[in-house]
Amino acid sequence: MYSVETFDLTRKFKDVTAVNKINIKIEQGEIFGLLGPNGAGKTTLISMLCTLLQPTDGTAKVNGFDIITEKDKVRKSIGIVFQDPSLDNRLTAMENLQLHAGLYGVPKNERQKRINEVLELVSLTDKANVLVKNYSGGMKRRLEIARGLIHFPKILFLDEPTLGLDPQTREHIWDYIKTLAQHENITIIITTHYMEEADALCDRVAIIDNGEIKILDSPKKLKDKLKGDTIVLETKVDQKTLSKLKSVKSVKSIKQTDGKLYVNISNAEKNAVKILSIVKNVKSLSIRKPTLGDVFIHYTGKEFRDETNNGNPNKRFLVNRI
Amino acid sequence: MSDLEGIYQIWKREIIRYFRDKYRLAGSIFQPILFLLILGSGFSFVKIGDLDYQKFLFPGIVAMSLVGISLTAGISVIWDREFGFFKEIEVSPISRLSIFLGKAFGGCTIALIQGIIISSLSFLIGMNLNFVIFLKMLPVMILISFSMVSLGLIISAYVETFESFGVIMNFIVFPLNFLSGIFYPITQVPEWLKIITQLNPLSYGVDLMRYTIIGKSFINPILDIFIVLLFCTLTVFVGVLSFNRKK
Repeated sequence: MYSVETFDLTRKFKDVTAVNKINIKIEQGEIFGLLGPNGAGKTTLISMLCTLLQPTDGTAKVNGFDIITEKDKVRKSIGIVFQDPSLDNRLTAMENLQLHAGLYGVPKNERQKRINEVLELVSLTDKANVLVKNYSGGMKRRLEIARGLIHFPKILFLDEPTLGLDPQTREHIWDYIKTLAQHENITIIITTHYMEEADALCDRVAIIDNGEIKILDSPKKLKDKLKGDTIVLETKVDQKTLSKLKSVKSVKSIKQTDGKLYVNISNAEKNAVKILSIVKNVKSLSIRKPTLGDVFIHYTGKEFRDETNNGNPNKRFLVNRI
Repeated sequence: MSDLEGIYQIWKREIIRYFRDKYRLAGSIFQPILFLLILGSGFSFVKIGDLDYQKFLFPGIVAMSLVGISLTAGISVIWDREFGFFKEIEVSPISRLSIFLGKAFGGCTIALIQGIIISSLSFLIGMNLNFVIFLKMLPVMILISFSMVSLGLIISAYVETFESFGVIMNFIVFPLNFLSGIFYPITQVPEWLKIITQLNPLSYGVDLMRYTIIGKSFINPILDIFIVLLFCTLTVFVGVLSFNRKK
């Protein structure tokens, strides 16, 4: 049985098709990433899988339960961390967790033990009795992750788990996510528009754009599907050396500009030595690995950024959050 | 069975939040006292039959404070939606009916606490409510609160923002209270006002409260009970329907 299996899942809003006939199968125990720009349909897809939104067409099975006809069973078997915070600020962390445990019918005698466990997992044990309104953004996010785990879900949905957090906090959250993936032995489904996040966390990534899955594979294989690595050498070479380089088997293409030599090559770490034995007077060398960003551009034909600004893709969110 | 637990949890949250908010607690008691002392003293020259105006007014003030605080139960739903918490309840496996009941019981409990505090202040105007009267008041207070909480929740199901909720509240609270016979005996007003008052369901709650506390009523108490029960059933029914509405 798959954790999630969708069948032509579709959602339309008036004349906009947010999710268009998506068919994915997510294995049990994997960390699965949905990567795409804002408005690609990630949240719509997740909302349908969480039974918050009715599909216009098609259906899906979550933990073997149908998202249309077995809503309650689906809800009991999943944990959700929303994109926007959904904690009660005027309650303490402990009270928030107790409330959640009660809503999901965690047996009374297991409740406290489980709450302590999840608090431990996100290192909030000593802050358990502090009002949530006094929490920082990162702490709130950790608490929400802990809360999503209380009722022993088989799948945890994380919708943009690090949106609006500073880079350091973001990496902390990643650590927690990785830890709980090992500890809890559950399937984790993450939506994100951060390349690094998908790269750092996910076993498999689906690139989604305009409501469709463009490609689905492990981050490594996705990157391997691109031309390969690039070795950048700061040097000047003559025609003879160039043709010598071109004859090396793993070299795919060579470009020379601004005193720099760009050697497109497979498996750069291994082959760099070979290149260095041919090229002399190298001032510096760097190896560039293809990023998921390159993958994204390759499969969607678009730069990976928001349409509303032309610089830092995080900027818009920062503005929104402030 | 887990739904009972869910209802309890939602109820508990409302209570915790109520007691944590000290100003709300104090503020909501202040207004009825003001009405009772100022209005009651100001009109102390008025006699209704052989009854002091203050004593006539008192049961109405209890009812009025119940109405005020009960209706604000709707605000908690809007608050939850605004700050995202409603989603947490929404995706949980408990039913919409349970969400409604949890909220309604919560609001009702808070109104009851309020009602009891106000009632116990009756000594301020020289009234002594004995324990039996207190016990008799409880079901009346519960019925009034429950229907008004439901009314508040119904509004919250259709209204999106705090601002519009406030406007609608003012639109409802003032006529509801002023045209309910809290301030005047229904038997001694012009015919048009009497008709309007009779159309107001709260009038029957106020009259029943008055009958319970001072033993005087201006409408047949049996009719009071009937209308109050009917209105309560109706608001709860519509409330549950509104909460079940699919988005």
